Amino acid sequence: MSANGMGGVSRRGLLAGGIGAAALAAAGCDVGGGGADSGGAGTGEGKITALFMQQAGYSEDDIRGMTADFAKAYPKITVEPTFVAYEALHDKIVAAAPAGTYDVVLIDVIWPAEFGSKKIVTDVTAQFPAAWKTDMLGGALTTAEYQNKFYGVPWILDTKYLFHNTEMLGKAGVDAASLSTWDGVLAAATKIKNAGLVKYPLIWSWKQAEALICDYTQLLGAFGGKFLSDDFQSTAFATGGGLDALKWMKKTLDDGLTNPNSMESLEEDVRKTFSEGGAAMALNWTYMFNAANDPAQSKVAGKVDVLPTPAGSAGAPGVNGSMALCVTGGSKNQKAAWTYISYLTGADVQNKYAKSSLPCWAKSYDDPAVLSVAPKMVPAAKKELANLISRPEVPRYNEISQILQAEVQNALLGRKTPEKALADAADQAKSLLS
Amino acid sequence: MTGFLRRGRVALLAYALLVPAALVVFGVVLYPAGRALVISFFDVDSPFPGAYPFVGLKNYADILTGARFWTAAQHTLYFTLASTTLEVVLGLGLAHLLAAPIRLRWLFRGIVILPWALPTIVNGAMWRWILNAEYGALNALLTQLHVQGDYRSWLGSDPFVALNMVVVADVWKNTSLVAFFLLAGLQTIPGDLLEAARIDGAGPVRAFLRVTLPMLRPTLAAVLVLRIIEAFKVFDIIYVMTGGGPAGGTQTVTFLTYLQAFSAERFSYGAALAYVTVVAILLLALIYLRLLRQQELSVS
Repeated sequence: MSANGMGGVSRRGLLAGGIGAAALAAAGCDVGGGGADSGGAGTGEGKITALFMQQAGYSEDDIRGMTADFAKAYPKITVEPTFVAYEALHDKIVAAAPAGTYDVVLIDVIWPAEFGSKKIVTDVTAQFPAAWKTDMLGGALTTAEYQNKFYGVPWILDTKYLFHNTEMLGKAGVDAASLSTWDGVLAAATKIKNAGLVKYPLIWSWKQAEALICDYTQLLGAFGGKFLSDDFQSTAFATGGGLDALKWMKKTLDDGLTNPNSMESLEEDVRKTFSEGGAAMALNWTYMFNAANDPAQSKVAGKVDVLPTPAGSAGAPGVNGSMALCVTGGSKNQKAAWTYISYLTGADVQNKYAKSSLPCWAKSYDDPAVLSVAPKMVPAAKKELANLISRPEVPRYNEISQILQAEVQNALLGRKTPEKALADAADQAKSLLS
Repeated sequence: MTGFLRRGRVALLAYALLVPAALVVFGVVLYPAGRALVISFFDVDSPFPGAYPFVGLKNYADILTGARFWTAAQHTLYFTLASTTLEVVLGLGLAHLLAAPIRLRWLFRGIVILPWALPTIVNGAMWRWILNAEYGALNALLTQLHVQGDYRSWLGSDPFVALNMVVVADVWKNTSLVAFFLLAGLQTIPGDLLEAARIDGAGPVRAFLRVTLPMLRPTLAAVLVLRIIEAFKVFDIIYVMTGGGPAGGTQTVTFLTYLQAFSAERFSYGAALAYVTVVAILLLALIYLRLLRQQELSVS
């Protein structure tokens, strides 16, 4: 086609006209995302869509089972669940928000500040029964709370526990009771390594991802550190316990106790390595207890035990890794969404699936049925869940976390000293707090 | 008069037939592009519509003065240069092999195109498994051949090694495309030219340098520019293989754009970053269009 083949309109002219028209059309609208119509309560019946994650906590099969039971109890509501990897969950919620694609979304404990302040999820304080505030465990209750408002209902109450291979411990002559402190863990790891039982006794989820910050947080807490100053206006991780935690992590790598492949591992990789007998001890979420004891997917089934997280110089807090179910701001059927959430988070459903994820309700921990499906998890959980440490509850948490992930890795890979890496992270994070 | 009318009707029909395509182009390319440009001058920090402060060129200034962008730009540049160079060199060799008069040539051609037919996400996931530090095939191969003593981490130990591994995965996938472009180019070279060169006493190397390469130049230039543009936009293979790590060492400009726009909800900053990429690609595209026009002229 020649440049003037179309009735005298040149190619350049068309292109310029097109872009001009597009810019004009764009300028005529509000800036920001599309979909100006907001959500609504709806009739409380009909179809709703829900977004869940694929790993840790309740499995996809669990959730489909719960949803099938819900369909029987509430035949007028149909639920269509969708599952994505945790790593894609946040961004999918954001991208789907203006279109109102999902009525119910699962959110992590680190997002209520961001999602709540931007109205991506709705404020459910008014619907939140007073009894829940006393009946739920303290660590769970705050999961979806931001500035004294509730933006969702806690559903997955989780923290990282210390799992160990009882056979390796036995062969190396290590008493499991000595794993109550991080010093004890290092001593045990050295013994196991020297006995030639495994090359690297420890495996962690230290890939450049949120998983790294979860491990780091738990250690930061153990060494008495803090993420932010008390007024939330400046960072506090670059000194004291925050720095000690990073130095400790680096030392376990230098001493050959931590598997260097931790730097490319997420929780699932930790589970696989541990289940293959490639590590003696590892921090992970509740779900690993069952998965690593399942002969179908683990070579060390029956040789896995769990303990509360070890103590550092300042205590043994577990990282708060809880998650909550929320009604989205864009949902056109918020009443039905709330019905579904109330059902899934109820004590009966949570008790039934306690094997995958421990309930958020205090009284469940004395329920014989719960105790019988998770006899080893419950005692560890009872102790650790009473003492949780949170990652910073600030709207721009994700950015701070990304900066910290890269800098912590810089220190772990020996590209910067821990002091320099954390100082650089603090410097970059400064403007995100004001 | 009737001729004029007929011309008018033909033009009308032409426009009518163009409407669907124009709508698609406007709806999914021009409108979002225009909107992103507008957004890049504001400070949009939520996915919802609303009134956001106008900040002019601040986002662009922040990008150009920020260290993260320049680090990402370096990674992008390295990735682009390394992957396109390898793809063209290997693609040229592969094209010659595929052009050779051998038996079952159709089968080899079919096999070679397979990597390119794989979706990038699948390719990335496959290479992540091949390179896995605990049970990856590459580690098994190298250990069994005694090239290395023990399994090692390819994607988590050293940012530069990880970046090179992403290059390898990209080269594996895209070399076949380059090879097929060049194969098409090779087949346009008349056989008698090479024969004449041979009669004049030129060896295979000399014939390649003096006949094949000059005749292949237009195709080579076109495929080079196309691959550079594609490599410049690299995103999905990074997302799947490394997630930008370790220590941010595989973070490219488009990956940073995604992180800023969706993970950090800095939509305006992300839009501005995208436009910085657009400008760079536009320059490359201009070169490409110019080359195409030269080709058209030389053919006609």
